[in-house]
Amino acid sequence: MNINTLTHLCCFVAALFLAPLLPGIINKVKAFFAGRQGPKVTQLYKDLGKLIRKECVISSTSGGILKLAPSVILVFTVLSAMLLPAGFFMSPLKFEGDALLFFYLLGTCRIAMVLAALDTGSSFEGMGASREVFFSALAEAAVFAVLAFLALFSGKLSLSHMLCISGVDSWMDFTPVMLVIFSLFLILLAENCRVPFDDPETHLELTMIHEAMILDYAGPDLAAILYSSSLKLWIFAGLITSLLIPPGVFPVWGEILLSFGGIFLCAVIVGIVESSMARYRFLKVPPLLTAALVLPVIAILFYFFFQGGVQ
Amino acid sequence: MSEKNYLLLANASMAKLSDIPRLEMGDFRADCLRAVKEENCRISAFFVLPGEGKEDLLTAILADPEQKKFRIMQSAVRDGKFPSLTAEFPGFNRFEREIFENNGILPENHPNLKPLRFTGKNDRIGEMEFFSMQGKAIHEVAVGPVHAGVIEPGHFRFQCMGETVYSLEISLGYQHRGIEKMLTGMPDNKTAHLIETAAGDSSIAAAWNYAKLTEALGGITVSSEVEAIRQYALELERCANHIGDLGALAGDVAFLPTASFCGRIRGEYLNMTAELCGNRFGRNFIIPGGIRFGVDSTRLEKISKWLHRIAPELWNALELMFNSPTVLDRFENTGSVSKDDALALGLTGVAARACGIDINSARDLPGKNAFPEVIDCRKFSGDVISRAAVRYEELKKSHDFLFGNFDDFKTSISPAERKNPALANDAIAVAVTEAWRGELCHVAVTGNRGEIKMLKIVDPSFHNWEGLAMALRNEEISNFPICNKSFNLSYCGHDL
Repeated sequence: MNINTLTHLCCFVAALFLAPLLPGIINKVKAFFAGRQGPKVTQLYKDLGKLIRKECVISSTSGGILKLAPSVILVFTVLSAMLLPAGFFMSPLKFEGDALLFFYLLGTCRIAMVLAALDTGSSFEGMGASREVFFSALAEAAVFAVLAFLALFSGKLSLSHMLCISGVDSWMDFTPVMLVIFSLFLILLAENCRVPFDDPETHLELTMIHEAMILDYAGPDLAAILYSSSLKLWIFAGLITSLLIPPGVFPVWGEILLSFGGIFLCAVIVGIVESSMARYRFLKVPPLLTAALVLPVIAILFYFFFQGGVQ
Repeated sequence: MSEKNYLLLANASMAKLSDIPRLEMGDFRADCLRAVKEENCRISAFFVLPGEGKEDLLTAILADPEQKKFRIMQSAVRDGKFPSLTAEFPGFNRFEREIFENNGILPENHPNLKPLRFTGKNDRIGEMEFFSMQGKAIHEVAVGPVHAGVIEPGHFRFQCMGETVYSLEISLGYQHRGIEKMLTGMPDNKTAHLIETAAGDSSIAAAWNYAKLTEALGGITVSSEVEAIRQYALELERCANHIGDLGALAGDVAFLPTASFCGRIRGEYLNMTAELCGNRFGRNFIIPGGIRFGVDSTRLEKISKWLHRIAPELWNALELMFNSPTVLDRFENTGSVSKDDALALGLTGVAARACGIDINSARDLPGKNAFPEVIDCRKFSGDVISRAAVRYEELKKSHDFLFGNFDDFKTSISPAERKNPALANDAIAVAVTEAWRGELCHVAVTGNRGEIKMLKIVDPSFHNWEGLAMALRNEEISNFPICNKSFNLSYCGHDL
């Protein structure tokens, strides 16, 4: 096992342990803006501990999917986290084309979630599932526009190579990368059900998207879903951070510190966004997701225009 | 032309029952319809006064804003039925359903004769034939009676196509306690308590109405200082509720700062009410003949200073919301009720003013209210932002009143004894207060010993629930919570 693999493994394990901090950080920031004390940053750990000790209550009208979905979601989310590079330490699982696998692992999680929601037969969960599918179909286009740009830019189709871009050394490169990062941030908000796309705090069933789909879960099943959600947030924040940190400039420990700090900073920014704006009405969500699609497209045009084509 | 066809009665005053003109049903019907459709009158109460052996009397109490008084008229009910007025004027809908349920009198040809509170013998609450739609893409969403938040029980049935609501049907009655029945008999110490708790968020308005009724029927006069202090308490109640609702609206669109600030500031106003009378909801403050707790200038000065300290924080929190583009985008053109619909349904209070209807019972029916200052409603268009803006402007007016008249309040008012005055016999008294939701109406009818034969409560929510159902037509179902909060109607005030 070489040093790269070892470092990546350490970062991966640390990510698994630190991911539940992110919702805590977001809530702390929101509490700060609201003038409240707010729950502790470590609240999700306590919630997970509590939920694991409870039993699952499964609706008697559901088929098997409701029971199966949390395991699928947990395993596939952890798997996609393993494909993510940590700083400039490439994932040992990397192969050409793993970027596609990465996003479709997350896509499979969503399918599992949606099927489980439909499985319950509840009208709220049906509505939540329908909204989730609609919005994620739009978000997927944006995701692949981002991938297309990164593939162009790095000439590779492996996430580890695409994110550890070594070529960012001039403003000519920096501008399209910033557009892509902004688009990725919008995708992060949409994929993780944050304001302005969804409101994770709401108790109003009729307005829920993600929350509606998990209404029927309890105990360890719910814990698995909550944990996977926090890990998913970590993954998307990691994508953004890896793009931003220039590889090879800092020492190894600085690189690791920066990438972790960047992820926490992402959570702080999400908290600030949530404290300063209201949630969009559903009709206004597709235009925003279209913006997330258009930004990387502009970045691609920008790249072609100034770089004169693929190197 | 028809002065003799109705009795004119001022707000918070009484008349002998025998003075009310009895019309033939045909004339009664025509007069009622003409009054509400052409002469700008509103239905304050519409009920059947049981004849106890003699004829049951269908009684209409219409508020006439031009004469600034109530028109009261009656007509005998024959054969346990009368021709329904609902088809011609939808504002009678709930009143006629109530009559059918309470008195067993059939409003003939009523277009929608469904249970209102499910109090009939064979009714099981919530079980009725709901309006439904057919079609492959239609789906039905049932919400409640148990809700996710800490709110009262009520059932909502949506007929949707995708995200769009085609129809919302609201089925209430879960909070029915039989308050009107408990209020009959000789008035005792429990009467005031029952009236105050019919809808706990309007305790001060309700208690004031009860005081007006007993003072009118008992021939008691109270000083203008006492009335001013009662108004002071009412404005504190109005502020606390408007602030709470505006905060809740912000919370529903995930706009956190205003949601949290308003939650705290509402508490301050409740505490001011407690400072005034020892109870955060103003219970037991207003009693027949006066106020239960003495008030002097030092106490008012303390509350005034408190107000001056808190009010700037309140304006800050609210302006933050009203200046936020993302919030405005959610509120504007959401949950619109047209002015015509609002007039036909007989909406009242905040909901009516937000539709551009210039009504305010404190001005239109002067009684003992000292606060006739009203807001300019013409600019409002009936959507959520209008209802929020009406509340904001009313908060401003309330503060003008709270700041204005009491800084030089020199006299002190001593507490009155709680007693139950003897009431005039065979009389009717009507009292209306502009509570924070709108017109709260109480009608008292006494028997031959001066006992309460009937005490009819018409909560503003009784008029306005239909408005909420109308606001959801062709609206996104996800906007239901903010539409609901913008009305914030009372379940228990409706169910009684």
